[in-house]
Amino acid sequence: MTGLPDTAIATQLTPPATSEPRRRRTGDRPLRRFARLVLPPVALFIVLVLLAELVVVSLGIPPFVLASPSAIWTQLVQYAPQVLEATLVTGFNALVGLVIGAVVGVLLAIVASLIRAIDGMLAPVVAAVAVVPIVALAPVLYTMFGSTSEVARIIIASLAAFVPVFLNTLRGLRQVRPVHRDLMRSYAATRSQETRFVTIPSALPHFFTGLRIASSLAVISALVAEYFGGPRQGLGSAITTAAASSAYARAWAFVVGAILLGLLFFALTSLIERIASRHR
Amino acid sequence: MSNPAPQPTAAAPEPTQVADATEAVVVREVERIFPGAKGATVTALTGIELTVHGGEFVSLIGPSGCGKSTLLRLIADLDEPTAGDIRVFGKTARQARVEQAYGIAFQQAGLLPWRSVAANIELPLQLHGMGAADRRARVAELLDLVGLADFAKHYPDQLSGGMQQRVAIARSLAERPRLLLMDEPFGALDEMTRERMQTELLRIRAETGAAVVFVTHSIPEAVYLSDRVVVMSPRPGRITAEIDVRLGEAGERGEDLREDAAFFEGVTAVREALHGPAAAAAAPRGVDVR
Ligand SMILES: Nc1ncnc2c1ncn2[C@@H]1O[C@H](COP(=O)(O)OP(=O)(O)O)[C@@H](O)[C@H]1O
Ligand SMILES: [Mg+2]
Repeated sequence: MTGLPDTAIATQLTPPATSEPRRRRTGDRPLRRFARLVLPPVALFIVLVLLAELVVVSLGIPPFVLASPSAIWTQLVQYAPQVLEATLVTGFNALVGLVIGAVVGVLLAIVASLIRAIDGMLAPVVAAVAVVPIVALAPVLYTMFGSTSEVARIIIASLAAFVPVFLNTLRGLRQVRPVHRDLMRSYAATRSQETRFVTIPSALPHFFTGLRIASSLAVISALVAEYFGGPRQGLGSAITTAAASSAYARAWAFVVGAILLGLLFFALTSLIERIASRHR
Repeated sequence: MSNPAPQPTAAAPEPTQVADATEAVVVREVERIFPGAKGATVTALTGIELTVHGGEFVSLIGPSGCGKSTLLRLIADLDEPTAGDIRVFGKTARQARVEQAYGIAFQQAGLLPWRSVAANIELPLQLHGMGAADRRARVAELLDLVGLADFAKHYPDQLSGGMQQRVAIARSLAERPRLLLMDEPFGALDEMTRERMQTELLRIRAETGAAVVFVTHSIPEAVYLSDRVVVMSPRPGRITAEIDVRLGEAGERGEDLREDAAFFEGVTAVREALHGPAAAAAAPRGVDVR
């Protein structure tokens, strides 16, 4: 393992997916399973929205405390193009950051898994990055790259995404079971065969777990970075602008956009992770 | 041929003196010392002398920690002896491994979970460059051999432990090795599955004519399967007895053999070699005292 402090690792790693053998029935009516999975939370969500509406309207709560769901909905419909545009800007920053962070994370994990000395050098640095609130870098980076550039936000998203991808991939690369190593040796397999047939397939599910964790971090970081300055576009900027001009329901409409963006990233990466770790 | 009584300790039909290359395995004065904690060492094996003839089924039996797995790994060239010499079909262990002279199966089936049953069985064929069409044909044969023809497209996590072990055995047979190395392949199975797998292994072995080195810690298993049982003792690991138990040709051994008097005599002989005569007499006959 790396020499990282446990706390840093604990926040970036999920428990191994191989903890217990799971048996799957093929043809377990996927539609019905999907319904059973999705319907309850959706029903709860609707009930909560109705309840919020009832409470806000009946108690006459002012919008700066809590905007009513119907008012938020009206704003969301009215400002749909702006919400979409802001979501695209933030989403683009998060996506580019996620890709950069993942690529660098995988490359450095491969290097660290091959060369012990490099692992020893990288581990403390990654530990430092893991515990630093990365968005705190935002103001510094804005002055470095100019306040009209999105580069600072992309860098912040990359850094946030890098950590879990690096840690999980590195762990995955060390996860090859001894019996598989013995097997490949008994076949007199070459190093590159061993890498292709055993090491990479063993590491893949761990990489995708890291990617899933990284996707949420990338969205959050890209968005929160906007609170500290930079170009006035994107969800974070829109939320602060709307709130500053007392348009609370509109601020909430952009928050809804942020929630949907986060869900999209999470759902896609979770799906990939599931597919990658089907037979474990 | 009826089942002759086993002849404990006595060397049964004197093996004709033949060239080294026809012996499947020849182990001479092998020692394996592992470095332990704080400069201490563990003598896993010392003074090991063992010959396995071509087509012979030899079991290694002994309490855990006596070096059975270590010896098997040395023969497989997954580890190297600190002294002594190992020949497999007349070649060095390394050369034999590089030339794929043996097939191996471990206690954990060791299947690749991301590959289907068919893809697991064809792994060695693929690694060694066999064409796709030939591979498919060979995999179909092997699936029939281990009775898993209907499970080619399944994945290991969809199979029972016994089925996984059958896949591992099919994989070890893929390249028609003349030597099979098996380290407690049925150790994790329940007793009924285990007995069925033993009978199946005897059938497969009769069909392929391969020599087998089979590690176990079950006395009945060793007696039922083997031509010869090699008894080992721990600290330091060494061979203490060799017992010939030819209960008949592999292909002719059926389930009823387990109730045969010759079988019980073999069990008693191995037990005496393991625990000494007093312990063997105290234990009820035919009961596994693993
Ligand atoms: N890689 C190793 N490093 C150190 N000691 C080992 C290693 N492998 C085996 N041993 C030791 O060698 C002895 C024999 O082990 P093993 O061959 O696994 O026994 P068995 O298979 O008969 O149960 C044990 O004392 C074990 O602790
Ligand atoms: Mg063992």
